[in-house]
Amino acid sequence: MKKRSFPTRVEGVSKLTGKSKYIDDLKFPNMLHGVSVRSSVPRGKIKGVSFKPGIDWEKFTIVRASDIPGKNVIQVILDDQPCLASSHISHPGEVVLLLAGEDREEVLKARDYVELDIEASPGIFSIEDSLAKKEVVWGSDNIFKEYTITKGDVAKGISAGSQVIEGSYSTGAQEQLYIENHGVIAHASDDGSITVWGSLQCPYYVQQALREVFSLPPEKVRVVQTETGGGFGGKEDYPSIISSHAALLSYKSKRPVKMIYSRAEDMEVTTKRHPSMSHIKMAVDKKGKITGLDFEFFLDGGAYATLSSVVLSRGTIHAAGPYNIENVRVHSKAVATNHPPFGAFRGFGAPQSIFALERHMDVVAKKLGIDPVEFRKINVLKIGDTTATGQSIAEEPGYHELFSTVDELMDFSEKSKSFAIQNKKNPIVKKGIGLACFFHGAGFTGSGESYLASIVGLEATRDGQVVVKASSTEIGQGANTIFSQVASSALGISEQSVIVARPDTSNVPNSGPTVASRTTMVVGDLLEKAGSSLVSTLRTTGFLGEVYTEREFFEASGKYIDQFGSLKSYVQYKQPPGIKWDEENYQGDAYATYAWAVYAAEVSVNTLTYETKVDDFVAIQEVGHVMHPTLAEGQIEGGVAQGVGYALSEKVVWEEGLMKNSQMTNYIMHTSADVPDIRVYFEEKNQNYGPKGAKGIGELPMDGPAPAIINAVQNALGSAPHFIPMLPEDLMEFMEASSES
Amino acid sequence: MRNSTSTLSMTTPEDLSEALQLLADTDKKWIPFAGGTDLMVQLESNLLDGADFLNIWGLFELQGIEESDCEVVLGALTTYSEIRSSEVIKSEFPLLYQAAGLTGAKAIQNRGTIGGNIVNASPAADTPPALLCYDAELLLSSSEGQRWVDYQDFHTGYKTHALAPGELITHIKLRRGQEKKFNFYHKVGTRNAQAISKVLFCLMVQVNNSRIEKFRLALGSMAATPILMDSLRDAFEEQEFGSDLIEKGLSILNEELSPIDDIRSTGAYRKKVTLNLFKYYMEKIYVGLGQ
Repeated sequence: MKKRSFPTRVEGVSKLTGKSKYIDDLKFPNMLHGVSVRSSVPRGKIKGVSFKPGIDWEKFTIVRASDIPGKNVIQVILDDQPCLASSHISHPGEVVLLLAGEDREEVLKARDYVELDIEASPGIFSIEDSLAKKEVVWGSDNIFKEYTITKGDVAKGISAGSQVIEGSYSTGAQEQLYIENHGVIAHASDDGSITVWGSLQCPYYVQQALREVFSLPPEKVRVVQTETGGGFGGKEDYPSIISSHAALLSYKSKRPVKMIYSRAEDMEVTTKRHPSMSHIKMAVDKKGKITGLDFEFFLDGGAYATLSSVVLSRGTIHAAGPYNIENVRVHSKAVATNHPPFGAFRGFGAPQSIFALERHMDVVAKKLGIDPVEFRKINVLKIGDTTATGQSIAEEPGYHELFSTVDELMDFSEKSKSFAIQNKKNPIVKKGIGLACFFHGAGFTGSGESYLASIVGLEATRDGQVVVKASSTEIGQGANTIFSQVASSALGISEQSVIVARPDTSNVPNSGPTVASRTTMVVGDLLEKAGSSLVSTLRTTGFLGEVYTEREFFEASGKYIDQFGSLKSYVQYKQPPGIKWDEENYQGDAYATYAWAVYAAEVSVNTLTYETKVDDFVAIQEVGHVMHPTLAEGQIEGGVAQGVGYALSEKVVWEEGLMKNSQMTNYIMHTSADVPDIRVYFEEKNQNYGPKGAKGIGELPMDGPAPAIINAVQNALGSAPHFIPMLPEDLMEFMEASSES
Repeated sequence: MRNSTSTLSMTTPEDLSEALQLLADTDKKWIPFAGGTDLMVQLESNLLDGADFLNIWGLFELQGIEESDCEVVLGALTTYSEIRSSEVIKSEFPLLYQAAGLTGAKAIQNRGTIGGNIVNASPAADTPPALLCYDAELLLSSSEGQRWVDYQDFHTGYKTHALAPGELITHIKLRRGQEKKFNFYHKVGTRNAQAISKVLFCLMVQVNNSRIEKFRLALGSMAATPILMDSLRDAFEEQEFGSDLIEKGLSILNEELSPIDDIRSTGAYRKKVTLNLFKYYMEKIYVGLGQ
């Protein structure tokens, strides 16, 4: 059999050799440096601003809300977030004023001489306080969004069980910690147009936000993505804010303005994963079949609505897990607090509800005295079963096989029993093993892809290349490489002859945001279609035969261009027939397809120091066709590493809504010395969607690690916390409380 | 926010004598700059406004590890990596050897120095508890002369120490013949590398025929300075090793330790873990003695 070979990363060499230019590497002539003047209090009324003596204020450009030519909003979903606060403060770090000057250090110094007079009022910082309306900080009731999913009759389902087990779970905020901080350069030119270059995921989102702030038509706003050092969702919506700010400073100063956040500023004010709270009531019959699930799910959205409604949506849909349960009710709310707004982060709400459900599965199994794997086997979705939204599963997830593979690789069932005996002999180190069984929907939810109506293009050039035109961004995940592969295979030419155009709204169509595990599956699929269509055009016109070499292809495309001027193929997304989604009632086909996975962790808990070490980790997933094994494994390993941190170390320490540990020294992301070997396995059975059958995988690995690890801790100790992050300090408290009760 | 670098200066002396002459000018805001691994962090937190850095990194007089029959003297600029590659440290001062290996990560170990680690005076620093166990002495030099001080007397409070204006730590002396039977260095950090300690536990016990000849327990991150538990030394030395002694030690620690809550951990955790480690390692010694 011929071994498949895979291209190296398209931009790999330029990144390794330092040729790639990130935003802070760029210096434009006459460029100013911009900084933000921020509120130090979480909530209050703005009474005034004073510029203290000691600074030559003439030297600085100062922008306030009254300088905004268009609407004072950051356009996301609702228009509730001002671009610059003018009357009220809703979170610490909210920007009131912008400053720009010749020298970055001078501007930073000047910032200390701006005094904001704010009449502070009490803020709220927890989901409980928000729900109790301890203070009403947003709208009339602090509720950004509420959903209810109903399947069957949950009351009937709960009473049908022989046992009803309840549990409450919570998860903390998590910082994305992309390597490159937020940064942009903006230029407002004399003809009234705006250009922004920056580190970002979604150029067209930024364009839309700038259009609102400046009241400009799309052709007057250009957004260019520069080489981007990671995003993980953190550069989905926030670039709209920093871009608007830099553009306003440029608009007023008539000069290019660079804004780069320091690491501390980035960690304090930009978005993080939503903290969550879940209450689960689950009824199980004597055979271990779940008869009813009642799931209450809450997210802390922070001060403004931003993306919270869609994060909540994904968390709500994933709450019932990959289980076939007849009677389900999931009721969810995203609530307002005075934290800086939470936002997109790999997984997008799903890791939160999946943590709660998968921990609960082990809590219930323990209570019923059933093996946690057997309990899941009784309940997992099979082909033809329906999810909580009533979506009929059209492919076989194959969970029984995934469980068998875990068993083969880790001796899972044997260990889950033998560790108990082994632990009795070792008073210090307790071993445990645990798993999580989950799914992740690929692409936008429901009719989202229809609304996006993404467009992807291919254009052949005279000098023997084909250019991919899409706004999907390379953010370290390998999008450029995957696009080259897809286009090369669809066109029958080598990857070297495919060029991926830099995402620039003046040069590429809107292929949608780079989020939701959609780039390979949805955008890649459009690209494949564009490729086939381009080849078919060449064949139709007789320039290209059925069988051809690369040279023949470019001879043909050259002739075509000579005769017709250009050779292009643009394809727009059309929803496949048969997909139905009822947005009103949250019923129907929530996602085109899902990735199916079982992740398992083996841990050691040190009872002297309460430290939990992950000794072994196995990640098995069915993701359709694997386009590029190295990149795919990298995605899974990176996601698992983030998941291990989410579970065990990454704790945001809050004080009055502000992150106190905004340094990498004190916000503990794991290093390579902490992360275990991660064993990654792919099943490639269901190849019905995406290019050559590739489903989305980007977010999947974030969902499973936390519940698998804490379930392993339960296996080691007999019980384990219902919350993450679970730091050694937390585990100590938990163990002391358990031994008392 | 980062310090404005325009307020900072750096002077590089040719040799130690010039360095000490410069330091004698106490109108300047001198901050000796060795590896800079702590200073760079402070720079990022805007703690060094107007500092006059004295770049001592190249001073040959402060480099190297010298051995004589009864002592080992480390130049203040000895890096963690040099400690890690020293045979005599590895074999005779294992606590220090381990501490150096657990500091930061490789890049920090190449740049960070033992003198800097001492004078930075962090209660969470990795090497001080080891130095306390070994009764280290420090040579403090100035343009006026030199003096030896016991390291145990060096730290006077949170981030304060016994250095007089114009003085520089130039050497650290360790007495040889301290190869003790039982040495335990346990760092509980926030992660396995690039970690600041939450608890540092450093225990050295010499036992002769079940009689404790020497007993040192030094702790980090438990008080405003690294601490040597004098009370345990006084209570344990010349005593018979036994389980009642372990109980006594636990009650002394329980009484004397009152670590604080901070951004990295809680006082309750620090104390509980220290007690757990004490019990664990003392029982290990007890078992090791065959009793």
